[in-house]
Amino acid sequence: MAYQCTVSAFTYRFNDLKELLAKASPLRSGDTLAGLTAESYEERVAAQMCLADLPLATFLNEALIPYELDDVTRLIIDTHDKIAFAPISHFTVGDLRDWLLSDEADTVTLQQLAPGLTPEMVAAVSKLMRNQDLILVARKCEVVTRFRNTVGLQGHLSVRLQPNHPVDDLKGIAASMIDGLLYGSGDATIGINPATDSPAATARLLHMINEIRERFEIPTQSCVLSHVTTTLQLIEQQVPVDLVFQSIAGTEKANASFGVTLPLLQEAYEAGLSLRRGTLGENLMYFETGQGSALSSGANHNVDQQTCEVRAYAVARHYKPFLVNSVVGFIGPEYLFDGKQIIRAGLEDHFCGKLLGLPMGMDICYTNHAQADQDDMDTLLTLLGVAGISFIMGVPGADDIMLNYQSTSFHDALYLRRVLGLRPAPEFEAWLLRQGIMDNQGNRLSTTAQQQFYAALLPV
Amino acid sequence: MDAIAYSMNELKKSGLESDDWESLKAYTNARIALGKTGVSIPIGESLRFKMAHAHAKDAVYSHLNVADLQTNLAGTGLPVHYVRSQADNRDTYLQRPDLGRLLDESSAEKLTQLNSQPADVGLIIADGLSASAVNTYAPIVVPLLVQAMGEAGFSLAPIVLVEQGRVAITDAIGGILRPKLAIMLIGERPGLSSFDSMGAYLTYAPEPGLTDERRNCLSNIREQGLPPVMAVNKLMWLIQSAFRLQLTGVALKDNDDTSSDSLAIG
Repeated sequence: MAYQCTVSAFTYRFNDLKELLAKASPLRSGDTLAGLTAESYEERVAAQMCLADLPLATFLNEALIPYELDDVTRLIIDTHDKIAFAPISHFTVGDLRDWLLSDEADTVTLQQLAPGLTPEMVAAVSKLMRNQDLILVARKCEVVTRFRNTVGLQGHLSVRLQPNHPVDDLKGIAASMIDGLLYGSGDATIGINPATDSPAATARLLHMINEIRERFEIPTQSCVLSHVTTTLQLIEQQVPVDLVFQSIAGTEKANASFGVTLPLLQEAYEAGLSLRRGTLGENLMYFETGQGSALSSGANHNVDQQTCEVRAYAVARHYKPFLVNSVVGFIGPEYLFDGKQIIRAGLEDHFCGKLLGLPMGMDICYTNHAQADQDDMDTLLTLLGVAGISFIMGVPGADDIMLNYQSTSFHDALYLRRVLGLRPAPEFEAWLLRQGIMDNQGNRLSTTAQQQFYAALLPV
Repeated sequence: MDAIAYSMNELKKSGLESDDWESLKAYTNARIALGKTGVSIPIGESLRFKMAHAHAKDAVYSHLNVADLQTNLAGTGLPVHYVRSQADNRDTYLQRPDLGRLLDESSAEKLTQLNSQPADVGLIIADGLSASAVNTYAPIVVPLLVQAMGEAGFSLAPIVLVEQGRVAITDAIGGILRPKLAIMLIGERPGLSSFDSMGAYLTYAPEPGLTDERRNCLSNIREQGLPPVMAVNKLMWLIQSAFRLQLTGVALKDNDDTSSDSLAIG
């Protein structure tokens, strides 16, 4: 079905829903690369005006990617909660935007609405929202998840400690872990990107973190971000797997390029549950996503990259994840060219994920060929802190020496906690106090207890 | 502190606190034990980081020293031809990888008119994401490699020097010059710890439409990484293997585990 909007004397015509969504998207290089962007500034706003008048129910009747062709579409349609949708079923996309910003849309109402929203509805409304709108609504959403501690409570900011090393050297990784823990990072997870996907190497890393965690009774969870098939194999071998990681995308074909299917994710989720390692809760999946992944695998079906990204969140929420993060600037300038595009995408991803009920964090990051720098990351970090982000990355000095990109540092996390008065996950904060690592103002202490801690961990 | 105290007493220079675990730096090149002022990174490290990023950015926007390279490579005795991709400036190159994989019209015409006889190996040199890397290491690696290939009895096509080129422009060039094997030397995406790292990609029977799993890669060619002489030795092993198996790509395993066969550059 075609959609149209008349501006002055000219009528813009959009052949189908996916063209309308693509042309209504704020400019980004990936959509230009895909040949999907509006041809003028006027056409973009015309598309947004047209989208604002579109009934939300349209998304339930017109699939962007055919139901028969794509299992992510089937998942979205088959699990849509019509009862949760009923109160807004008469809304247009523009009505939804205004209502989300209203005082009626409070935390509890938004939580009840989440299962009634499809990713396409959420992507559509985000395209009509300014950055401050994305922040204001996201801040009202609260998504709390539990494994060995509690992530996502309002007023709290957790950190994934990311102690990567180019050749997975155990001492090198332990050194970065100690540094991070002593700077108050590591409550979201201690998560290593392995340099190779070898099961034996992954198992060694998992045993190492597990030993340190048990010895010091650290209330957190470990993760080695290997492919889900590797993790499944390790679970069978009784290796101590806490969180089950996988990169996912928003179309069946893009997921295939990551080597995953929905049944495989279900199998991994159930295998993780079978270990019963969570003490406070059973959220245990850790998903990573990022705008542009569908196009980069030739699997975007001419759907704009932001809408594809939000479809990935529908995949994620099916498995009740503990953590989800968008690796927003990692993909490179052909998808998000500069700081402005990365910042916009970061705010969109956080908002869309939270509104759909996901424990959203973000790898606030860039590569050296993108037009961005640490100042842009500071801006996005601060905005996401205000928006109530659940967790960020903690990389030593923000420089990942294995993946060769820049993210956020342990210091950055302390900055955000300080300027916004945010606290670590409650169980982890209690541990930091007990260990004498920090006081209850988030100030680092220099105590004998702390010295004993790292001295005990010093590689011999 | 009140205004009078402020004006009369010199302020303490800083509340800089170092970390007691600096000894851990021996185990990793990660930026650990940085110390802090308040909760922030001290100025020394802040500037070191900025300088590393500046080097990386300068490398991304650096230009091939075409004239110098042509002079230098002429020493191999092979003709050197300069061509361009369809990305006509760096910002287009960064945003449109598809254009960096195609020859511009006049370049394609120029190579076609050479009417050169198909050779065993064609060497292609491209700026990629760090022309600095190529400016530094191509003049060292190419003469060694040409000599080694000559001694091994391989015939060589003219050298092609590409500006604004991606790895897959190999296929466009290969489709015209028809070498049995193409070797591309290209600047890799700069990291904070290395902005001058060159990669080498091998493609057997290059022609338009190939995908990256049909190539082999040797990365991190630089003094502090894989030094030029070692790189040439490894390349010769890969070249001999490619001709023996008549293919490159995932089926050609690099059994020497000190190298990487990642295909990170798109």
